[in-house]
Amino acid sequence: MPPNEYEVVIGLEIHVQLSTETKMFCGCSLSFGDEPNVHTCPVCLAHPGSLPTVNERAVDYALQIAMALECDVAARSIFHRKNYFYPDNPKGYQISQYDIPLATAGTLGDVRIHRVHLEEDAAKMIHVGQSGRIHGSAHSLVDFNRAGTPLVEIVTEPDLRSPEQAREWAQLLRTTVKQLGVSDVNMEEGSLRVDANVSVRPPGQEELGTKTELKNMNSFRFLERGIAAELERQAAVLDDGGEVVQETFHFDPRTGSLTPLRSKEFAHDYRYLPEPDLVPLAPTEGMLDEARGALPELPARRRERYQTELGLPEVTARQLAFDAELGEYFERALQTGDGAEPKTIAIWVTGELVAKLREAHRSDEDSERGEADPAASKVTPQALAALAGMVEAKRVTTGVARQVLATLVAEGGDPAAIVEREGLAQMSDSGELEGIVAAAIEAEPAAAEKVRAGNPKAIGPIVGAVMRETKGRADGGEVTRLIHERLGSD
Amino acid sequence: MSDVLELTAAQALERISAGEISADEYFDAYAARAAADDLGAYLWRAEAGSPNGAGDGPLSRAPIAVKDIFCTEGIETTAGSRILEGYRPPYTATAVRRLSEAGARILGKTNMDEFAMGSSNENSGYGPVRNPWDPERVPGGSSGGSAAAVAGRLAPWAIGTDTGGSIRQPASLCGVVGLKPTYGAISRYGMIAFASSLDQCGPLTRDVTDAAILMRAMEGRDRCDSTSVGIDGGVSLPSRTDLKGLRFGVPRELTADAQGIEAGVTEVFERAVDRIRDLGAEVDECELPHSSHGISAYYVLAPAEASANLARYDGVRYGMRSAAAADAEGGLGDGIAPAEADLVSMYERTRAAGFGPEVKRRIMLGTYALSSGYYEAYYGRAQRVRTKIAQDFAAAFERFDYLVTPTSPTVAFKLGARAENPLAMYMSDYCTVPMSLAGVPAISIPGGLAAPDDGGPELPVGLQIVAPAFGESGLLDAAHAIEGAIGFDSAPGSRS
Repeated sequence: MPPNEYEVVIGLEIHVQLSTETKMFCGCSLSFGDEPNVHTCPVCLAHPGSLPTVNERAVDYALQIAMALECDVAARSIFHRKNYFYPDNPKGYQISQYDIPLATAGTLGDVRIHRVHLEEDAAKMIHVGQSGRIHGSAHSLVDFNRAGTPLVEIVTEPDLRSPEQAREWAQLLRTTVKQLGVSDVNMEEGSLRVDANVSVRPPGQEELGTKTELKNMNSFRFLERGIAAELERQAAVLDDGGEVVQETFHFDPRTGSLTPLRSKEFAHDYRYLPEPDLVPLAPTEGMLDEARGALPELPARRRERYQTELGLPEVTARQLAFDAELGEYFERALQTGDGAEPKTIAIWVTGELVAKLREAHRSDEDSERGEADPAASKVTPQALAALAGMVEAKRVTTGVARQVLATLVAEGGDPAAIVEREGLAQMSDSGELEGIVAAAIEAEPAAAEKVRAGNPKAIGPIVGAVMRETKGRADGGEVTRLIHERLGSD
Repeated sequence: MSDVLELTAAQALERISAGEISADEYFDAYAARAAADDLGAYLWRAEAGSPNGAGDGPLSRAPIAVKDIFCTEGIETTAGSRILEGYRPPYTATAVRRLSEAGARILGKTNMDEFAMGSSNENSGYGPVRNPWDPERVPGGSSGGSAAAVAGRLAPWAIGTDTGGSIRQPASLCGVVGLKPTYGAISRYGMIAFASSLDQCGPLTRDVTDAAILMRAMEGRDRCDSTSVGIDGGVSLPSRTDLKGLRFGVPRELTADAQGIEAGVTEVFERAVDRIRDLGAEVDECELPHSSHGISAYYVLAPAEASANLARYDGVRYGMRSAAAADAEGGLGDGIAPAEADLVSMYERTRAAGFGPEVKRRIMLGTYALSSGYYEAYYGRAQRVRTKIAQDFAAAFERFDYLVTPTSPTVAFKLGARAENPLAMYMSDYCTVPMSLAGVPAISIPGGLAAPDDGGPELPVGLQIVAPAFGESGLLDAAHAIEGAIGFDSAPGSRS
């Protein structure tokens, strides 16, 4: 049977790199893109005798995430050592949390959160050779700048039921964390990593099917595509009477294919033991209050506010609230207070601007959000708000506003100045417009005849002629009124 | 000149501050002694006249021997292991830094059992250390180099580390004072880890006062070690000469009921207990019911932590690296890719060549104890025993101010005598391991001399005194009174 006839069960494991100033267990600064091995010390290089100490800011950020996900925070959580040998793991163990994580039992949207815990990132391996992976590489280099970067791992319950839902939910999570300001949450740069646990089961079957794990899906599109591909593979295996084997797949973004990681690489017995170098993490009331106090408006609450207070339609409210970049852009446009109604601004942000940017960035379709970040475009929130205000005040027509927006996307600038420069202001002199209307009726006698005869739909060619003549500066309603008046067809 | 070698460090410091001897003379006298080391006590020695970064402080640029387990910036630090041969740390351990800031100068780095695993110093990757009382015998371990150096007048005092008895047992076998402080009293930062939840730094000295002076300089909270808390109110210098009003407990399990305590050791111990009574203390038998399981629990917990602590010696970043086997590719099979096989082969050959047999044994023990399916049966159970032992001590300290036991069941044994029998070697720490598991402070002071069971001249016997957590000041005070009453003034006859 095709994959959509099996019941699909998906859980996600998300790693979020925290944007603290220093590493999780030492005082080295965090960096992205600096030259290799400049942000290191005896602790993150695991020199003999060095000891970890917990970064308080990282704990605060992790608590904020736990609270945003409505988790129960553990009174005392424990750090553990997760033992494995690899050159990216300088101590031979990763400090993570195991049986008592920082927080458990939360929810975000319609998905339950199993746990949230703190750990440290590994160093970065660079495999020199064609594939960029260890297989077939000539040699490997290790950059310890990343070693010890604070990570929050978020594990969901297996509550997702389709690849699309998984993508949408992951985007919501990203927006939530982005809103907190505790991470760059950039999938391409690896500050947000999403792994998926995927299984299928015949409808009606209680027990879960055998799951496989998908890694390295470094965009939301790839996440959706990778899960879909794996679901198809699992369905085919079952259809052939086979059994799904528990294994891990590496997603190749270039080919969109999934290749199994050799079982040896991941068949670890991690021999967890409580980390004797760290005392239990027991957040004080003060720490909890501080984290709670730092929580900004989260997506669900923001959507509600957009609907009830700003009167936005549900779809628009959701689009703005659940997309971090769009929401942030909208908020900034609102703040410019150019008098435009929030509803008008919302329509221009979610409709015209998104469409224009999507056109401009079509080539960039695999980028982070699947579309361009409006904040990175040349259209400032102030310019967009001003433009929406001009439409609202009938200083420009909608058609002209679209032209102005195209100019803003291409060149940036101030919409009022563009209107001025291009002579695009709406015609307010009805005397001039009347003359143009009269000329248009003369130029389109056949249409004029039909309108006179009682067919209002025939007005199109006459309006078109007026618009051509006025370069769109005339208000459509006013033009129609004048034509009817002149033809006595009202 | 040689008479300065007979002074305790405190006495020498007094003469230096009175201008009777110069700090440089004092340092150079010991530098000359260390240079003539015929015990194998040192792995690295400072040149005479070497400044070694001492600050101006109460320790008046006096020399100190430092166990080679402490990182010293720019000075080779090996922890007694070949895997760290040539390793020069980029930083200095907090305890050593505090001593330097107090004015001490590093005289040398002392030999030790590899990664502090051993009770005889025969597990050093750089050769054994000999006991200055009898060069055919071991000095104990793992801080054997530090104990031998102090006993043999190759250093006025030294620091070592104690995980299950590694300061107290060699102090006992060499006839010097050795203090294992409360867990958390002194920072472990820069002290190469063996078993992190047990390791503590402490002094090995000629007398109790010297031990107190070093404790004062080293103790304290360190923001680089989350488990360090320091000692509330610091450590005062001992002055007590009686024990009136104090109650001493003698744990039956570590004395009368214990097996393998030599007759001579028991005799010295009983005489010491009489002295304690003479000083006005009440002495009574007490119980530490779970302490007989101490060694078993210890040899699960310590190797488990060690198996993780020693994973960093992988040939990637520092220390020894062996080349991968030429036939590593394909030689490992089992689906390991060639590049991976190369890496695994490098790991295996580096660790095979760099670690000695006892270290390998403990890594294997610990790895096994933590393996999936065995964790509860070994590690989990050992943790519960540890809790029980800590509760035993808490209960005993409700009735008693201090506990006393022999430090080591035997006097110094002959080199090689236990080398082939790890279990016999492990029993050397029978009386010291329970205090480590409970985290409480314990000091070994010389109690007298006794003839070994296997014949030969008399050798030192240590008396262990144990106090509640962070009770160092009182412990040193009590030890000071007992030290005075015992009046141990023998020195090794073999020294030149």
